[in-house]
Amino acid sequence: MYPQDLHYTKQHEWVRVSDDVGAVGITDYAQQELGDIVYVDLPRVGAKVEQGKVMGSVESVKAVSDIYSPVSGEVIEINDALATAPEKLNESPHGDGWLVKIRLSVPAEIQGLLSAADYEKYVAEETGH
Amino acid sequence: MTSLKTTALHAMHRRMGAKMVDFGGWDMPLQYSGILEEHRAVRSAVGLFDVSHMGEIEIQGPEAGALTDFVTTNAVARLKLRQAQYSALLYEHGGFVDDILVHKYRVRPDGYFLCVNAANQEKDYEHIANVRRFQAAVELVSDRYTQLAIQGPRAKDTLQWLTALPLSVLPYYQFLDDKVAEIPARIARTGYTGEDGFEIYFAPEHSERVWTDILDAGQQYGIKPCGLGARNTLRLEAGMALYGHEIHSTITPFEAALDWIVKLEKGEFIGRAALVRQKEQGVTRKLIGFEMTGRGIGRDDYEIFLDGSPAGWVSSGGPSPTLNKNIGMCYLPSDRAKPGQRIQIIIRNQAVDAVTVPVPFYKRAY
Repeated sequence: MYPQDLHYTKQHEWVRVSDDVGAVGITDYAQQELGDIVYVDLPRVGAKVEQGKVMGSVESVKAVSDIYSPVSGEVIEINDALATAPEKLNESPHGDGWLVKIRLSVPAEIQGLLSAADYEKYVAEETGH
Repeated sequence: MTSLKTTALHAMHRRMGAKMVDFGGWDMPLQYSGILEEHRAVRSAVGLFDVSHMGEIEIQGPEAGALTDFVTTNAVARLKLRQAQYSALLYEHGGFVDDILVHKYRVRPDGYFLCVNAANQEKDYEHIANVRRFQAAVELVSDRYTQLAIQGPRAKDTLQWLTALPLSVLPYYQFLDDKVAEIPARIARTGYTGEDGFEIYFAPEHSERVWTDILDAGQQYGIKPCGLGARNTLRLEAGMALYGHEIHSTITPFEAALDWIVKLEKGEFIGRAALVRQKEQGVTRKLIGFEMTGRGIGRDDYEIFLDGSPAGWVSSGGPSPTLNKNIGMCYLPSDRAKPGQRIQIIIRNQAVDAVTVPVPFYKRAY
């Protein structure tokens, strides 16, 4: 269910690292909880983000939810397609629905994130399933 | 932890995989397949809602009409048998106790059936029952009814499979007592979505059967079970008020642009004196629609700025699936509550542009 090559947070974000760049998104559980996503507010390219700090928001029909950056660094790319097709977050949360790419300033932060198995366990405990 | 109230269809909702939400103390379906999909089903075909959380109050007796007229703003005396009327219960100061539907179901002795908001039912009952000068019995009868809403352009076709009553002869805002799926039911041509449709009331023990039969009958038209999420986006597009948002205890019908449900000339009623005063003095704030022109979604309770200063608030706001815009309703100083006014809505500490527009946002074409 949750891809093995991603690292996860308890705020339901993920990061996929290749070299010193991390692609960041929200998890399948997060998109399910939110429902139909209609709007995404992302930081600008060049913005500095900090691990655990709010970097943007996603809005479903019903509610607004903050996005917390899973890593620290500089935003080098944003997923422009989401401006016109926010539903990609529902359809492909771990793929086409990625939000931003961040050049990692503290690569060691990754060690503190959850594995797919640990995240899945965390979600199961959260939901009592 | 207080336990949530449930409707007779609670187990059904769970079995069918609805996502549930605490709505004013009731564990209700927020959505089944998704708010957007359900919304579109109602606009283009038909949707089925369990709205059994809504309350029902019966007023009967020789002076039931006089009592109902005294506690509501609209003209009960003008109601014909088997007609329904949108109305309001007010406090003496003119603020809303609730917005309601009044159905006249019997004459001599007169009988009125009020459909009221779920979270307000006890308060509404007390408010009415405390008026003791009329020969009428007031009873809170919510436990006796399941209420389902069948809404959309194919609502009539769907329901017609389950009743011998020729539905095309039932005009908007009228009702009849007949049967649905062989179960005695009150069938009203009313709704809260801006579409044609029906609200039916029947005994709770038959709930699962009637629910299932309606879904089966509507399958050929693409019926979808719907939750309160879609109910809210649908009513917002139709510019309909929601208690706790557009209307509450410190808002009057004139402020809420509901002048048409106030009949000052009908005689004494609770709240009339305050409304007469307000009519003389004029309202200071008024409800108007808006649509976002900047990027962002103005949501419930967000602050509104005019000329750089705080001037009002969003009563309800969100995306409009039908219009593909971000819309809402808001309170502004009444001299500025006119279409075409440029406003700014404070969204997460940023002022985002919007413009006022008339309501409703959506009007059905049939």
